[in-house]
Amino acid sequence: MAESEASRTATFAVGLASTGLDEVERQIPRDEPPPLPPNAELAVIGKSVPRQDAFAKVTGAALFTVDINLPGMLHGRILRSPLPHARLRALDLAAAARHPGVRAVLPVAQPGDSLRYFGVPVAGVAAVSAQAAEEALALIHAGFEALPFVVDLDKAREPDAPPVHDSTSAPPGNSSGFPAPAGLPLNGNVRGPALMQRGDVARGFAEAEVIVEGAYSTKVQTHCCLEPHAIVADWREDGLTVFMSTQFTAGVRHELAEAFGLPLARVRVIAGAIGGGFGSKSSLGNYGRIAVGLSRAAKAPVRIVLERQEEQMDAGNRPATWQSLRLGARKDGTLSAISLLSYGTAGVTLGAGVGGIAAALYTCPNFESAQYDVFINAAPGCAMRGPGNTPGAFGLEQAIDELAGRLALDPLALRDRIDPSPVRREERRIGAARIGWQRRHAPGAESGPVKRGLGVAQSLWPANVQTTAACEVRIMRNGSVEVLSSVQDIGTGTGTVMAQTVAEVLGLRAQDITVRIGDTDFPPGPPSYGSRATASITPPARVAAWRVLQTLFQEAAPFLGVAPEALIAHGGRILVANNPGRFMLFGDATARLHTGKISAAATRSDDYGGFRRRMPDAALALQDLGGVQFAAVAVDTETGIIRVERVVAVQDCGRPLNPKQIESQVHGGVLMGLSYALFEERLLDQHTGRMVNPDLEQYKLARPREVPDIEVVVLEEYRGQSATDAYGIAEPANIATAPAIANAVYNAIGVRLCALPMTPAAVLAALGKIPRRGELP
Amino acid sequence: MRNFTWGQAQTVMDAAAAASVTVADAMLSPPNTNGQAGASIVKAGGIDLLDLLKEKLLTADRITSLKELPGLDVITRTEDGGLRIGAAVTLANLARSPLVLRHYPALANATAHAASPQIRNVATLGGNLLQRPRCWYFRAAEYRCLRKGGGHCFAIHGENQYHAIFDNQLCAIVHPSTAATVLVALGAIVECADAMGAARRVRLEDFLVPPDEDVHRENSLRAQEILTAIELPALNPGTRMVHLKQGETDSFDWPLADVAIVFDLDAERRCKRAAVILGAAAPVPHRAKAAEAILLGRIIDEEAAKDAAHAALADATPLHKNGYKLPLFETLIRRAILRAAADLHA
Ligand SMILES: Cc1cc2nc3c(=O)[nH]c(=O)nc-3n(C[C@H](O)[C@H](O)[C@H](O)COP(=O)(O)OP(=O)(O)OC[C@H]3O[C@@H](n4cnc5c(N)ncnc54)[C@H](O)[C@@H]3O)c2cc1C
Ligand code: SF4
Repeated sequence: MAESEASRTATFAVGLASTGLDEVERQIPRDEPPPLPPNAELAVIGKSVPRQDAFAKVTGAALFTVDINLPGMLHGRILRSPLPHARLRALDLAAAARHPGVRAVLPVAQPGDSLRYFGVPVAGVAAVSAQAAEEALALIHAGFEALPFVVDLDKAREPDAPPVHDSTSAPPGNSSGFPAPAGLPLNGNVRGPALMQRGDVARGFAEAEVIVEGAYSTKVQTHCCLEPHAIVADWREDGLTVFMSTQFTAGVRHELAEAFGLPLARVRVIAGAIGGGFGSKSSLGNYGRIAVGLSRAAKAPVRIVLERQEEQMDAGNRPATWQSLRLGARKDGTLSAISLLSYGTAGVTLGAGVGGIAAALYTCPNFESAQYDVFINAAPGCAMRGPGNTPGAFGLEQAIDELAGRLALDPLALRDRIDPSPVRREERRIGAARIGWQRRHAPGAESGPVKRGLGVAQSLWPANVQTTAACEVRIMRNGSVEVLSSVQDIGTGTGTVMAQTVAEVLGLRAQDITVRIGDTDFPPGPPSYGSRATASITPPARVAAWRVLQTLFQEAAPFLGVAPEALIAHGGRILVANNPGRFMLFGDATARLHTGKISAAATRSDDYGGFRRRMPDAALALQDLGGVQFAAVAVDTETGIIRVERVVAVQDCGRPLNPKQIESQVHGGVLMGLSYALFEERLLDQHTGRMVNPDLEQYKLARPREVPDIEVVVLEEYRGQSATDAYGIAEPANIATAPAIANAVYNAIGVRLCALPMTPAAVLAALGKIPRRGELP
Repeated sequence: MRNFTWGQAQTVMDAAAAASVTVADAMLSPPNTNGQAGASIVKAGGIDLLDLLKEKLLTADRITSLKELPGLDVITRTEDGGLRIGAAVTLANLARSPLVLRHYPALANATAHAASPQIRNVATLGGNLLQRPRCWYFRAAEYRCLRKGGGHCFAIHGENQYHAIFDNQLCAIVHPSTAATVLVALGAIVECADAMGAARRVRLEDFLVPPDEDVHRENSLRAQEILTAIELPALNPGTRMVHLKQGETDSFDWPLADVAIVFDLDAERRCKRAAVILGAAAPVPHRAKAAEAILLGRIIDEEAAKDAAHAALADATPLHKNGYKLPLFETLIRRAILRAAADLHA
């Protein structure tokens, strides 16, 4: 592209810092700063700056939504359906409304409505105390007519299974394809297929010298955020203010305006400290809607905080999946065909596919997939850390491991042959050395009941960008600096990397920057999902800071007797670039400002070099994110207990902005993946449709003693794609863990576990050690 | 949870009087949030009691704490050389008591690995023995199952991966107390006192109630009675004991299976007396009589351990989701026996 009025040419360093950088020329907007040099040349970016809210969090000073207490605030509670499938016959809220503590009641379902899962909201009440609200729930008279139901994925596929939806009630899907494409046929409870196809799969299999086939299944995992879903809704004549533990303040604001017919300007959403979301806090949610409805009816603020049971039963979950994979390959490992069939269930909603990882991770000319959603009478699933690709990788990466075994190739050597990514190649090399891959031996080699094994698996995740992400940077006359955006910090450290970015531009320290985020009164920020917050908000933060700095240079230049273009900001000073002895302290420069405050805003511009794909408000970067993880396990073949002893996670996220925070994200991803691999399963009682383990005692999670030794290596990768060149890490760090563990278990015991979770019962069954009934010892 | 009045008992008699009804009986009436009168009950650490109240499985009008009762939280040696453990001794204090560690290491082990450090700091041995079962149907107010006075067990044909593999025809709970596995193996005696001050002593093994005797309770504690102490008989010199627990996770978790082995060996390593008790296997700690019989008179070696472990499970009746407990128990029994025998020479 040629230079134009709007753009100019700039040279970027690209590639992996560890293997040497190349240069590339790109067109960048004229009103954006020059390329950011590699981290080695920077003062604040790339350093493990302490988290801005660390002290507040560990001392309990941080305010979460559950801590909000407004004058006159009421407590909301939700009556939920006690049946997995029912028709609401009657709903009488009069007695509840007469309870002396009750200020509002709100029907959520109407008589005649179908209630399609256990726990679906039926009505809400708001009262002066949590206890009064609780008592009022018991006063609601609701009549339910039980309808036939199905809560099992396989049974729901049978032709005579009770239908969960009819064509009018079934969710329509989405034109973006996420979480499921629109317009697919519905057959009983089975919807789909969503098809993908390239090349000629039949020919690919005909040309194959080796074919491996396998079926893999994953169970429903719940998000288990430490902070429950929480909202305080304050409906007033002049507008609505909502405090909410949400991953997307700007999105919830739009939802509220639409749902309640309010002008956007009259809706404000505020998110304080947030105790995790993992996908489950992406939208307003039924409880949010109920809280606002109750506040409107009661003319008072209403707080709803979900109890842990409600969290587990109706606050989103990762759908269950079943997939069958068939790979065809040449003797040298080259893939000739991949065929994928999947059935998954997100309960009463859509989005239970296994993602696009099988189509994209390896070079294979011939590919086909058919993915189906199956409805069951269970609470709706939603996105969860690496949706689709996480269960997808559990299948694909085991199938590749299986293929390596069949070809008598080292799993790393096979991947070197079929994985086109130079980044992952480097990740494999580093990880193999750290885990001691050369120690890997054939399954079952040790004597004694405990067998050890090593496994590897890879990750793939699109690099998402929110193109609407915006940010403002202000410099005050007294030298203080603010960065403002509605972006929320869900616990990942978003505020800290924003401060680092602005500080780097202004030549200050991160702690000099006041971060004001999580409020829709500020410029609209990105959501904290899809691993897109950092990629979306740090470039406009740098651009806004650079723009406001140009204004400061204008004002400071006369005092230093040079043109503004001659100035740079560094080390708390504004100095003359080719004569560093001439400078002003940052504070002295701002003190000369004509106004009390100067400010500039910026919106995320397109990736330099363009996007791969554009969606409304969002886009995919040209290049995906990767990551390779290695696991070392010990399996006790007599008890079935799997211990993950060590995980080495080698990850990439473009330019690493804050290594400590990235490491912490990777730890979280690995632990969530380990827990998914070994323990987690939402269990629905087949006879009543209720979850039997809706708390954190019965629902098994990895806990302190299950934490392995985790080693994190983060590559420094430059792409020259944006003002910061930073991308996300949360999801890529979660995708490879479960299959890496499964492959390590296979390497230990020589038997493949194709279903999650890999419990002692599953291990003992796979080893043929559980006597069948009727053939007891 | 509804309001209740709160008090501290100062004497054992007051405390017993405050227990107007057993918790088991109080839970037989369907849960209520409004109106109806609730029970008057006693609380030790409250770990289990508060759960029952919060889950609306139990309503109480009055709760009396046992915390201030004098002498209930001490461990003393008895005249005959056994040990007397006050009912209010916490699991944490039990696990670090030098007397327990020295003479009854298996009991220390069982309590040291129950639940989590926070819980062990609060939970008492008495409360641990009297806690209600963890069956998830039992723990959900939505299910009025057999044990709560309903007509049906939801687990036998439901989700039963953590349920019993023995004595599971009527109600398939496993006894929740890990300490009980070891205490039964040691021949512990429980001591109860009533509101008149009269004491009752009964073997723990007899105090615990299997479903076919009464499906509504796990023990024979009576109304107006509290548990005051657990007594352990003196041991023969050279008695060996081991407790092994296997949970799905190592932290904050219940056993999938646990095993207590106590035996006396003579000079030739021949077994003179054996107790093999399985926890998380049956509605009460399960005495594996066939295994004990096999060990008696045998020299304890790999073969004997294997035979005993095998025999222990011969009459198991696993449900459709807990068959894995058979190989798991077999492993734990074998390993526990061998470890106990090895300790002899340590
Ligand atoms: C996550 C989790 C994991 C756990 N894991 C284990 C485990 O692995 N192994 C294990 O054994 N336990 C485990 N527990 C259970 C825990 O140990 C018990 O709940 C606890 O010991 C109960 O003791 P407490 O003093 O708190 O009893 P409380 O809750 O105070 O009382 C329990 C019951 O006993 C009655 N009571 C108490 N003391 C007396 C007395 N002296 N006389 C008459 N009645 C009395 C009360 O009325 C009540 O009905 C676990 C619990 C949790 C939450
Ligand atoms: S096992 Fe016992 S407690 Fe559980 S549902 Fe059956 S009867 Fe109730």
